[in-house]
Amino acid sequence: MLHTDTIAAIATYPSNSGIGIIRVSGDDAIAICESIFKSKVPLHEMSTHTISYGFIFDGEEKIDEVLVSLMRGPRSYTMEDVVEINCHGGIFILQRILSLLFRKGARPAEAGEFTKRAFLNGRIDLTQAESVMDLISSENEKSRQNSMNQLSGVLSAKLRSLRGAILHEVAYIESALDDPEHISLDGYADALSSKIDDFSNQLQRLISSADDGMLLKSGIRTVIVGKPNVGKSSLLNMLSNKERAIVTDIPGTTRDILEEKVRIGDITLHIMDTAGIRQTDDVVEQIGVRKAEDSLSEADLILYVVDSSVALDENDRRIQESLKEHYTHTIVLLNKSDLNQVVLEDDLSSYGLTVIPVSMMDGSGVEVLKNAITHMFFHGDISANDDLMITNERHKFLLEQANRSLALVKDSIDLGVSEDFFAGDLMDAYESLGSIVGEAVEDDLVNEIFSKFCMGK
Amino acid sequence: MAVVEETYDVVVVGAGHAGCEAALACARLGLETIIFTVSMDSVAMMPCNPNIGGSSKGHLVREIDALGGQMGINIDKTFLQSKMLNKSKGPAVHSLRAQADKQMYSLEMRKTMQATEHLTLRQAEVSEILVEDGQIVGAKTFSGATYHCRAVVLCTGTYLKARCLYGDVIEYTGPNGLKAANHLTDSLIANGVEMMRFKTGTPARIDRRSIDFSKMEEQFGDERIVPFSFTTDPESIQKDQVSCYLTYTNEKTHEIIRNNLDKSPIYAGIIEGTGPRYCPSIEDKVVKFPDKERHQLFIEPEGLYTNEMYISGMSSSMPENVQYDMYHTVPGLEHAKIVRNAYAIEYDCINANQLYATLEFKKIHGLFSGGQFNGSSGYEEAACQGLIAGINAAMELLGKDQIVIDRSEGYIGVLIDDLVTKENREPYRMMTSRAEYRLLLRQDNADLRLSKIGHEVGLISDERYEWVMKKEQLIAEEMERVKHINIGANARVQTFLEAHGSVPLTTGVKLSDLICRPELDYDCLAEIDPERVQLPYDVREQVNINIKYEGYIERQKKQVEHFKKIEEKKIPENINYDDVASLRIEARQKLSKLRPINIGQASRISGVSPADISVLLVYLEQAKYQSEHQA
Repeated sequence: MLHTDTIAAIATYPSNSGIGIIRVSGDDAIAICESIFKSKVPLHEMSTHTISYGFIFDGEEKIDEVLVSLMRGPRSYTMEDVVEINCHGGIFILQRILSLLFRKGARPAEAGEFTKRAFLNGRIDLTQAESVMDLISSENEKSRQNSMNQLSGVLSAKLRSLRGAILHEVAYIESALDDPEHISLDGYADALSSKIDDFSNQLQRLISSADDGMLLKSGIRTVIVGKPNVGKSSLLNMLSNKERAIVTDIPGTTRDILEEKVRIGDITLHIMDTAGIRQTDDVVEQIGVRKAEDSLSEADLILYVVDSSVALDENDRRIQESLKEHYTHTIVLLNKSDLNQVVLEDDLSSYGLTVIPVSMMDGSGVEVLKNAITHMFFHGDISANDDLMITNERHKFLLEQANRSLALVKDSIDLGVSEDFFAGDLMDAYESLGSIVGEAVEDDLVNEIFSKFCMGK
Repeated sequence: MAVVEETYDVVVVGAGHAGCEAALACARLGLETIIFTVSMDSVAMMPCNPNIGGSSKGHLVREIDALGGQMGINIDKTFLQSKMLNKSKGPAVHSLRAQADKQMYSLEMRKTMQATEHLTLRQAEVSEILVEDGQIVGAKTFSGATYHCRAVVLCTGTYLKARCLYGDVIEYTGPNGLKAANHLTDSLIANGVEMMRFKTGTPARIDRRSIDFSKMEEQFGDERIVPFSFTTDPESIQKDQVSCYLTYTNEKTHEIIRNNLDKSPIYAGIIEGTGPRYCPSIEDKVVKFPDKERHQLFIEPEGLYTNEMYISGMSSSMPENVQYDMYHTVPGLEHAKIVRNAYAIEYDCINANQLYATLEFKKIHGLFSGGQFNGSSGYEEAACQGLIAGINAAMELLGKDQIVIDRSEGYIGVLIDDLVTKENREPYRMMTSRAEYRLLLRQDNADLRLSKIGHEVGLISDERYEWVMKKEQLIAEEMERVKHINIGANARVQTFLEAHGSVPLTTGVKLSDLICRPELDYDCLAEIDPERVQLPYDVREQVNINIKYEGYIERQKKQVEHFKKIEEKKIPENINYDDVASLRIEARQKLSKLRPINIGQASRISGVSPADISVLLVYLEQAKYQSEHQA
């Protein structure tokens, strides 16, 4: 058997009904799960193919009420010890439990890895080898693309610069070791120590933003539509409880808005591509609704803003027409409800849409909106992009792994061992970060050494 | 007309550092071996720097020695100065370097070769290899003589179609004005070998009488000299050493170089070959690092019977007059007289991807190669490849298993694996950063790592191997003992600790805990360890290192376990990658071309992703079941 380490992943696509299964497989599956699962009979004493009721704990904190099934190898899908945790606390809980398992020693399963193990351990008939291979390569391609597409631009830029900085340090150490008569390491450990603190802080910040779901273009893909000057940007400001310097009326004023995130309780709205909103304006006024339809079909949630003090016109009708297919996850906001009402709720609800009167001026109706979104989310009317969570967990795992490697470098510095001991752990951190941005290591180090340091006879 | 026709087991082409090791290995294993050189006066010649070893190269020499090679013994007999580099760093990066007396090094090696049974030295240029049905059957010299054989080891160094350049001068010779080998390349190409072209360079040699050493810093050797070879008695090599000198280039030097760049054949585009980034010419350094105000130069003796001094750090291919101008700007070299010009050299070599990790050609049975011909750089890199190629040629003829040293067993393994697996775009130099398990691959434990292989092959005597096993046992026993010895917080211990600047004990500890303290070591603790038995130095050294760095070493051992698992998954030689439909196209092409021998090697090929490896594993499993079924 090639792999004996323990892998974990969400086995069902997490649905908003709140139920999902996490599968754990490998030599330590039982021990790892037992460390977070409290039940009458400890997991390791359970007989195979039984289900136990209990709770998942993160330290002292009770996270979820779960059913755990145990299948001891070889009588399991992978022929290894397998534990499946049936959670029902919703997708955020699922995500949190997965992350807890990683902290306890499991690692994220690779593309098609459960099936691969099942095959390599002899569980799957060899006639199915072709399909196993296809599965691995197609899942890999999918996850690679997901990872790339969903990584936010800010994050990947940050990771690249952090990686570059770490590589530079390794290259410095290595060139001094290779050519001690040219390059000296006197006083280097102290300098490195404070740099590591800085790297580690940066990583820590990224890890906590992973907790907030902010690493990725994750959350509920939300599009705000409406004619110009109906209050779309004010809506954004109000939802995020902060006054933004930039309002979206002037084209190209900002790129940040592309990545806008808004938290409502446990839910993250990812306001997608505000440029799209701007384009929606253009489209409505000049080109038509074609492009708007595209952006609408990608959205998990559509917020349609109407100025209730101005009569509906042809543009509104065209927008409404395109919203017809998406009415289950569309909310109409009747803005300027504090002014003279020309448009009434009934004018719009006839399309089957949820309508909420709001006022961006005095903030009325916003709580109603937030509740409506939460309600729709937990009733499955709107869903977050499932793959995103998985990607996010994998990224977080790798960030934490990188941070642990940096901590080991710190330990070595504190122990007073020589600089050559730092390089391995620094390189590990570099590689972990590289797995997030999908960059292979290859000859990076040697290239860095030669391009940055003048050495050699 | 009758021509000479002779029969040997093995033909070795080239008597440089690779060729000598290859030939000695074959002859010592009882095979009738003939080695060809373009000049009997250039056996084991050092055409560039006058030293052996250095960072990570010192490791290679130790490993060569542990496998039964000659380089370590030869330099121990002929060095002028010796230094252990990186002594203030961790034990993994300590590295021995010796200044060699070039002439003596060459003579001593020739003497050893000529005294070796079954070994014939012959001055002649090999111009053809003879291949029948994909099997080597012999070699032919330019004079027309035929040498029948069952294996050929190519160690042609920098001689194939070589040309030396400086300024607009081009000389069609090998290094040092020696005859180039202009014919073999065509025969290799005709037999399907793909050739490429690399370059390297060397600085001028300057008459020591024209140097003002008072303007330079004298560089001494170590007080206590450590031998390279595990067979050399350290006492036998303590001697007076010859100094090197340190000086620097300056702005004036750089200005001359910048003003004359158009006259350098590299910058003028005359040189096509790719040069090593590790040994940049002074032109390269000035261009690539314009902010550096000065570059270090070491002035090193070339031998006791010559006035020549090697100007390390200033290799060049500038025209003769510019060379004078630039050397004259250096403090101490104002009146320097050049004995030999600096020059760049271009030569034919191969992409080593055409070889198995055994250094045998994938397409030609019985044809092996080593050294600069394989795209490496450096004497030590060459020697270790020559040794492995020689051993494997011998193993093949003796019907025994060929050897592959893997990346967790030695720097030699790292070097060869890199050469045969990775894209190599410049003469490859060993570096410690290339060895991922370097904490385990120390120069101090090369004998413990590799003597077993050397013994199995037949190059390490029973007697020598028994000592290694004995040593292993002594180390294990002593490590066990220090982990169990209790040291109490008594007055004698506290006084001892205080005297060594170490924090006093609050409770009793194990002796091993004290060894781990940075300010203490195994040896100094003898004072408070009365039960200690006197052990040889190399045993004590191992105990100290293994205890002190145990945490790091154990972590690396775990990584090696994982590595070994993947390395043990063999890929059948006859695999057809086109049958593995799910592989991405790039991966399929690379795998088909490189034909890795195991999954580990496959995973190191650039362009092969982890998912491709998973696919491959599934395929191999399927193939295994199928073949078992049929059988």
